[in-house]
Amino acid sequence: MITQTQSPIIEIAARGLAPFIQLLGIYVFFHGHYGPGGGFQGGVLLAAGVLLLRMSMGSVHSQAHVSSKKTVALCALGAFIFAATGIIAILGGGEFMDYHYLPVPFLEGPDLRYYGILFVELGITMAVMTGLVAIYDDVLGIGHAGTN
Amino acid sequence: MPWAIELMLFIILIVAALIALQLRNLLAAVITLTIYSFIVALIMISLGSVDVGFTEAVVGAGVVGIYLVVAIFKTTRKSCD
Repeated sequence: MITQTQSPIIEIAARGLAPFIQLLGIYVFFHGHYGPGGGFQGGVLLAAGVLLLRMSMGSVHSQAHVSSKKTVALCALGAFIFAATGIIAILGGGEFMDYHYLPVPFLEGPDLRYYGILFVELGITMAVMTGLVAIYDDVLGIGHAGTN
Repeated sequence: MPWAIELMLFIILIVAALIALQLRNLLAAVITLTIYSFIVALIMISLGSVDVGFTEAVVGAGVVGIYLVVAIFKTTRKSCD
């Protein structure tokens, strides 16, 4: 929103705070099996860190963290990972999202389900994080050329 | 004693909602709505649903506040026509 850095206090505070918000997001994403959290919450926390940088440093200076050109493509890739895991399980002989039938070598039973869930949540995290950043960019009218 | 805490949370919830409706300053109304979302998250957690409360705290008190601030930034106080 701020086109150039107007206050050094806000920029320093945001740049110091955003990595810890994103670290919490990664923790929530990986801890989703055992406790509260999961792909959606972790993705929203990761997006909150990016949006904090977008608001404090301006859209041009924060392009180095997450570029506006790549957000929609990464969102589509995350949704593709989510859907493709379920459909590959159908092709492997099971139901939709039945991770036991994923054709992965050297993995059996609980390990296969564990990594199947982790892979699906990776897709959800990517889709939610980049989707929220893309909504922010589109609302502010930041074009793909990175203007404003 | 949990009922007293929940009663206090509900009172703060209703007061925050009424203040958000009455405020003329839109930025202050957004911050009050953030307080509302956070109190909703605390009520969810006190009812035993930690996952829903966590989602509400992250989405309602975090990202929706940012989006509403951006929406206010893109509008003007006076209409053009």
